[in-house]
Amino acid sequence: MPDIFIPDATPELTGRALFPHRHLLSIADLKPWEIRFLLDEAEHWAQANKGQARKHDGRLAGMTQINAFFENSTRTLLSFEIAGKRLGADVVNMAAATSSVKKGETLIDTAMTLNAMAADVIVIRHASSGAVRLIADKVDCPVLNAGDGWHQHPTQALLDALTIRRRKGSFAGLVVAICGDVLHSRVARSNMLCLAALGAQVRAVAPPTLLPPEVEMLGATPFTRMDEGLDGADVVMMLRLQNERMDGAFIPSPREYHALYGLTPERLALAKPDALVMHPGPMNRGVEISSSVADHPERSAITEQVAMGVAVRMACLDVLTRSARGVEGWA
Amino acid sequence: MTIPTNKESGLGMSKIAIINGKLADPTGDAPLPGTVLIEGDWIVAAGDVAVPDDAQSVDAGGLVVAPGLIDLGVFATDKPAFHFGGITRAALMPDQRAPLDEVGLIRQATRAGKPDFWVHPIAAATRGLLGQEMAEMGLMQMAGAKAVGTGRQWIADSGVMLRVLSYASGLGLTVIAHAEDSGLTAKAVATSGETATRLGLPHAPACAEALAIARDIMLVRETGAAIHFRLVTTKAGFDLIRAAKAEGLKVTCGISPAYLFLNDQAATDFRTFARLSPPLRDERDRQASLAAVADGTVDVITSSHDPRGPEDKRLPFADASPGMAGAETLLALSLNLVRDGHVSMGRLMTLLSANPARILGVDAGSFAAGSAADLIFVDSDAPWIVDRAKMAASADNTPFDRVPVQGRARRVMKGGMFL
Repeated sequence: MPDIFIPDATPELTGRALFPHRHLLSIADLKPWEIRFLLDEAEHWAQANKGQARKHDGRLAGMTQINAFFENSTRTLLSFEIAGKRLGADVVNMAAATSSVKKGETLIDTAMTLNAMAADVIVIRHASSGAVRLIADKVDCPVLNAGDGWHQHPTQALLDALTIRRRKGSFAGLVVAICGDVLHSRVARSNMLCLAALGAQVRAVAPPTLLPPEVEMLGATPFTRMDEGLDGADVVMMLRLQNERMDGAFIPSPREYHALYGLTPERLALAKPDALVMHPGPMNRGVEISSSVADHPERSAITEQVAMGVAVRMACLDVLTRSARGVEGWA
Repeated sequence: MTIPTNKESGLGMSKIAIINGKLADPTGDAPLPGTVLIEGDWIVAAGDVAVPDDAQSVDAGGLVVAPGLIDLGVFATDKPAFHFGGITRAALMPDQRAPLDEVGLIRQATRAGKPDFWVHPIAAATRGLLGQEMAEMGLMQMAGAKAVGTGRQWIADSGVMLRVLSYASGLGLTVIAHAEDSGLTAKAVATSGETATRLGLPHAPACAEALAIARDIMLVRETGAAIHFRLVTTKAGFDLIRAAKAEGLKVTCGISPAYLFLNDQAATDFRTFARLSPPLRDERDRQASLAAVADGTVDVITSSHDPRGPEDKRLPFADASPGMAGAETLLALSLNLVRDGHVSMGRLMTLLSANPARILGVDAGSFAAGSAADLIFVDSDAPWIVDRAKMAASADNTPFDRVPVQGRARRVMKGGMFL
């Protein structure tokens, strides 16, 4: 495994130098202290969201946020919409099912159209790896990647990191097992890079057919047996198994998958007694995770992840628009 | 009024003597000073020969004189790019908008470049390139097809491939095959490895190539047919071909410069100009490819010219079409192989001209008497920089943009006439 752990020394940076990126496209673009900066910003919003009934903060008032989702999504779209609205932005959702994308318009043309409408920030999800970067190169405003193919889903990794940090305090030496369909998972790719950069010991646990080659290069140690992968883990992060991959193509059946790789209470006992259970949702109960584990009051952090999602997205929207808003030090 | 050609009229055939050139003879090593004598559109002698009194002398100015390049396996008839690159003939892949699977299409393709560029169509081995029913190979041969091919894809059904090889061998046609097991490659757009994993791209292991080659070699052994694997790019693939050649089977293979000078990391940042078929391989396989050129396993270097505009390339990586515009850079990049000591100049011309001509069965690509007077004058050290914005090709999809190279075709003669 490459030595990509970088100790906690944050350079003395302020303003734009703290986060010198126009877009948020991939965790791979971020330095460890940039990740920590976003987590600190998100922590502020996590507290604000919890503390009061009126959660509105008007800092993005008058700005237009377009959520362009070329792939179906419920929770991520909702999370970005709530985040934008809490910051006061005018949030517009474009769903592919009802858009001109269905009429054959190319991705670049769609991007140019969104750009011409003078959006101030665009949030994009697309089924093809690299599609969000392609659009980001063509538009004048910051772009947030809300998931592109199997490639990246950076806000998911940030919200997972924030959830872990709040529960566990720090990342140093923390054993995190990312389990399930790692091959097709942008969540796994983002999390492996993010958690390894923050100093955690990351494991990628999957059947050999769902484990990408050279996963070590992303900072994770591969395991093909669930019991070995869970042994002594501080955090167990489950991945969703897509329905279309259960039919014999990658695994023989959902039933067998549950027997070998499902997170049951018995299997969870192999992890540390206080191990945290996470899942990016939506869950296949009875396939990758048992209901009793998913709903465990102390161990499961699944609903907390959703709450952190809003906070992380507020932080990202705020930070990425600071330059346009002329925030001091960010011009 | 019809003007008889030189050859028809016999008398008064123009005689040209190209003097003061260094001849890059495919049968030799380093270029040697010499003269090329041409009558009409044919070479009559080359080397240390006297200039006849009635010949018109053309001074090559000390440049390298070489046979025009014969590009074995291109996807478009893109004359400006071919002329820029010193390519005088190309074998056109059957993967056209209408697959080259019938006589009329073959006839049309053979006429597309004339007179100053010759296209030798590769007939589709199966109807619609679907890998199921044999196409009319014999009739297409009569119409001008010089080989049959599987196109961009592998014929997955071994029974069909056996019969294609067998039938083509009866016609004396080489089968030009794509070597990737389609069961493994399915929707893959990259070679399995770190880059594909980082980028989250559908990928297939590099052994998909060797798997396909192994099967086809066994079928060649069964049928005695001649096969040419258009692009071989992996160590395992070359090992199989080396062994097949040692056994005496009629097996040849080619490569394009991209696989010799780029590895899979070229796709970092989702650069779709580096999306090729087969996909770029890892560094180990790239080194093995260079070694295979040096030890004679590779028979042909092709541009695999496939100009693609933004509508095919300005897309997410996996949605983009594979292929690169390679005609303009074929010669200059290949000359790196001479400068780096992998091959002699003569051997390079064998790879770029003589062997393609032999595989297609055309009298060209050499200085032998009776070979077509297709020649290029090459300034082999002239430095230039590949620039997408200035390309002659019909599209600018080169993965070598901004790369400094050396070597330019300064003059092109096709069939005894300078362009």
